[in-house]
Amino acid sequence: MLKGLIGKKVGMTQIFDEAGLAIPVTLIEAGPCYVTQVRMPEVDGYAAVQLGFEEVKPKRLTSGQLGHLKRNNLPPVRFLREFREKDPGVSEGDKITVDEIFSEGEYVDVIGTSKGKGFAGAVKRYHFRGGPKTHGQSDRQRAPGSRGSGTTPGRVYKGARGPGHMGFDQVTVQNLMIVLVDAERNLLGIRGAVPGPKGGIVLIKGARKN
Amino acid sequence: MMDEILKSVEAPVNENVPELNPGDMVKVFIRIKEGSNERIQEFKGTVIRQRNSGNNANFTVRRIASNGIGVERTFLTRSPRLEKVVVERHSHVRRAQLYFLRERTGKRSRLKQKFTS
Repeated sequence: MLKGLIGKKVGMTQIFDEAGLAIPVTLIEAGPCYVTQVRMPEVDGYAAVQLGFEEVKPKRLTSGQLGHLKRNNLPPVRFLREFREKDPGVSEGDKITVDEIFSEGEYVDVIGTSKGKGFAGAVKRYHFRGGPKTHGQSDRQRAPGSRGSGTTPGRVYKGARGPGHMGFDQVTVQNLMIVLVDAERNLLGIRGAVPGPKGGIVLIKGARKN
Repeated sequence: MMDEILKSVEAPVNENVPELNPGDMVKVFIRIKEGSNERIQEFKGTVIRQRNSGNNANFTVRRIASNGIGVERTFLTRSPRLEKVVVERHSHVRRAQLYFLRERTGKRSRLKQKFTS
C-alpha cells in the first residue's frame, strides 16, 4: 500500500495534548495528490508511484508535461515526485488525500530541502572552534586553522572540511509522530521540526525504521 | 494565508485567566495529575513578567517559599492545565519585568499597592 504524500510546509506552532502538555508541531499542507503514473518493473525496470501536487495554470507547464498529465485527464500540477512502492494499491488518475494515507499516532519520515546558508565558514558549517578570542588575536576568531600536515603528504587530502556552500541539501528526518490529521483542510501535524523553509516542498513517507 | 492555518490549530484563549499586569498578586490554580486522580494546586505570588505571543503566551509568578527562598514558576497562559487565575491586588510598578525583586528580601521587596476601581 502506498504510504507517501507530497506536502508544503506551513510552519511550526505548539498544541496541547490531552494531558495538557505543550508539544511542538510542524504543520504541513499535504495533498491532495494525483497519481500521475504507476511505474512497473516490466515496463520501467522498477516499481514506483508518481504523484503530482499543487494545481497550477496550464500555461505554467510545457506541452510535454501537459501531455503526460492528460493521459489520465489530470489537472496541471507543479510538482511530480516518485515513491518506490511494489504494491501501490492505487491506480493512475486517482486523487488521494491525507486521511486515506496517514492517521494519528503513526510514524513517518520527512524529506525536505534545508534552508540555504550560502558560502559559510568552517565554524558555522562544521562547528570548528575558531581561534582564541583574546591574547592579542586580531583576525583569527573564526579562522579554520590548519587543513593538513606539512611536506608529507605535501597536499590537502580530498574531502578535508573547510568553508564552502552550506544548506540547500536534501535532508531526511526519521521517525516523527503524526499528531494531527485534518482531511477538510488537507493538514498534517507532525511532532518536531521538519527541514526547509516555510512554503518548502516536503515528501512524507511511512517510517523506514520503526 | 499560512498564518491563518497556523492560528486555526492553536489553543483558544483561556477564559479563566484575567488580564494580568506585572506586579499583580495572583493565585494560580493548576490541575495536577497524580497517578490516576487529579487535584488542584495553588501557587500564590507576584507576576514578574509576561509574554503575549499568541499560543505561546506565558507569565512568571514569583513567591517566597519557606526560609526566604524565592521560587519562580512560568505558566503557559493557554494551557488547559490552568484551572483559573485570581488577581488579589495590583501594584504600582514602573517597569515591565520586575527582575529587581530577585535581589530584594524582606520589607524591601514590598510593592506599593495600586487601587483600581
